[in-house]
Amino acid sequence: MLKVFLSRLGQAILVMLVVSAVSFVMFRFVGDPVASMSRESATIEEKTELRRSLGLDQPVVVQYGHFLARTLSGDLGISYRNQRPVTQLIAERLPATLELVIVATLLSLALGIPLGVLCALKPNGVAARGVQALSLIGISTPTFVTGIVLILVFAVSLGWLPSFGRGQVIDLGWWSTGFLTASGMTSLLLPGITLALYQLTLIMRLVRAEMIDVLSSDYIRFAKARGLPARYIHFRLALRNALMPVITVTGLQIGSLIAFAIVTETVFQWPGMGLLFIQAVSFADIPVMAAYLLFVGLMFVIINTVVDILYAVVDPRLRARSA
Amino acid sequence: MKTLTASPGLITRIGAPISVMVAGVVALVMVACALLASRIAPYDPTDLASFDLINAELPPAFSADGDPRFLLGTDNQGRDLLSAMLYGARVSIAIGGGAVLVAATIGVFLGLLAGYYGGKVDAVIMRVADVILSFPTILLALLVSGIARAVLPGAATAEWAPVILICAIAIHEWVQYARTVRAATMVETAKEYVRAGKVIGLPSRRIMLRHILPNVMSPVLVISTINLAAAVLTEATLSFLGVGMPPTYPSLGTLIRIGNEFVFSGIWWIALFPALALVILVVAVNLVGDWLRDRFNPKLRVKR
Repeated sequence: MLKVFLSRLGQAILVMLVVSAVSFVMFRFVGDPVASMSRESATIEEKTELRRSLGLDQPVVVQYGHFLARTLSGDLGISYRNQRPVTQLIAERLPATLELVIVATLLSLALGIPLGVLCALKPNGVAARGVQALSLIGISTPTFVTGIVLILVFAVSLGWLPSFGRGQVIDLGWWSTGFLTASGMTSLLLPGITLALYQLTLIMRLVRAEMIDVLSSDYIRFAKARGLPARYIHFRLALRNALMPVITVTGLQIGSLIAFAIVTETVFQWPGMGLLFIQAVSFADIPVMAAYLLFVGLMFVIINTVVDILYAVVDPRLRARSA
Repeated sequence: MKTLTASPGLITRIGAPISVMVAGVVALVMVACALLASRIAPYDPTDLASFDLINAELPPAFSADGDPRFLLGTDNQGRDLLSAMLYGARVSIAIGGGAVLVAATIGVFLGLLAGYYGGKVDAVIMRVADVILSFPTILLALLVSGIARAVLPGAATAEWAPVILICAIAIHEWVQYARTVRAATMVETAKEYVRAGKVIGLPSRRIMLRHILPNVMSPVLVISTINLAAAVLTEATLSFLGVGMPPTYPSLGTLIRIGNEFVFSGIWWIALFPALALVILVVAVNLVGDWLRDRFNPKLRVKR
């Protein structure tokens, strides 16, 4: 058990080192930090001085060491565009993105599980076929198109819901939340639905596949033979077992949702990390890009490692294979 | 695909459901229209002289104050939207196809190496693949285009946009090819004919390219259809985000981005028609691709 734990941890650290190396290479070799940070009229002496103060005159390996040390202490440099510390920028934007992701995850679970069960129980029914057809369109429709259509219908034509920004937010310490005000909640709706639709199809298809699998197993047939009520069989016996992989996938998908929020945030001008990142990409603001990469990479590595270790705890066969 | 629709005898033999056949025809018609854009488009959207600001933001011909000259209306610069869409679809399909080609080439090559040699070569290639696969397509694609933007001078970014986009999409898509080909190669390598080839001393390169490659190509062709749909979507997303094709040479995604700025003023058609074209194209290609996959290689089914 300890061996599995250590090898997964080792892998995680290795991946993070690779990600940090990519970040570092971006920092160091893409564009010229000195040119982007100094005034246009800076003299050569000023530039040399800046180069020395940034440590750019030292060997690359030493620079990478310094970079790692600074990163670990939470200093990710200064944004070329905003001239503010990157860590501070990301911390400001983090609550907006996480709240959006939470709302989207809850919405997609609340809709995806019942729809998946419906499709599994009556696979040839009219409703199930309709849902299946919609899910194909759902998979093929890019998030930004969904967002634009929702804005057109609910914000422009009907005027029911706000279509950009977070509305009024309340600060709880460093965390600014939109959950506590009416305008904050209504602002969450459209982007939340847009982001949830991407996830919804996945959850629905997964629930359907797992349910069909479970429903054809021996213990369900046995329960039917005993004459247990259908509702009890479907929801207490079958659904519970079908939900295990769904929970795992939902967990694993949180990382993807954060990355995918980039698109939703652009459509709705949602002031989260994704919008920060896309602005950084279009302005070639390397420190922000590198920091976002590190942050999202870290999220992914933590989630994947935790899931891997949990699997090994739950399923002894995996322990033997990886050891 | 072409042979399927060309000979009716084959269709009945294969027995595709009607929805798949309709999707196949729709996909073919859309691709054909896009490829023939310069012949069938009513106007040339790349020709600055052909459009006039006086005609800007005209609604589609079938609405109350539409202009019969412009079937789907005009954009903010007075360009005929239908023509712009035809040219845009051509750009989208070309980039999607290019990305699939690059990804397939890299993936097949690395998959062959990994499957044939095994051991350390395999371990290194598959580890890299695992790391890449743990990040979402869109994030990697944005990183690639962000780095390209920082390296290239401003003016060159627009010029190199198609190449940047193809690389940005292919960097994630090759992994699926490599995994598929690796698995198939491992099966083939254990077979008699490959062992015989080794015994008579054929060079490894010859065994891989002449003997194994033809036997592992069919799953590659099958996943390419679905990957084409995915690549077109990724391209559209990047262009929509403003890091893809420039407005001077728009793809469908760029057109949607331009249209998005006018959605709030109730000018819906500039964004909606290109979006509709994009969705129909991708749904059609996906339907055909799903069917091909289930028909020819059920093992390839992946959870998405």
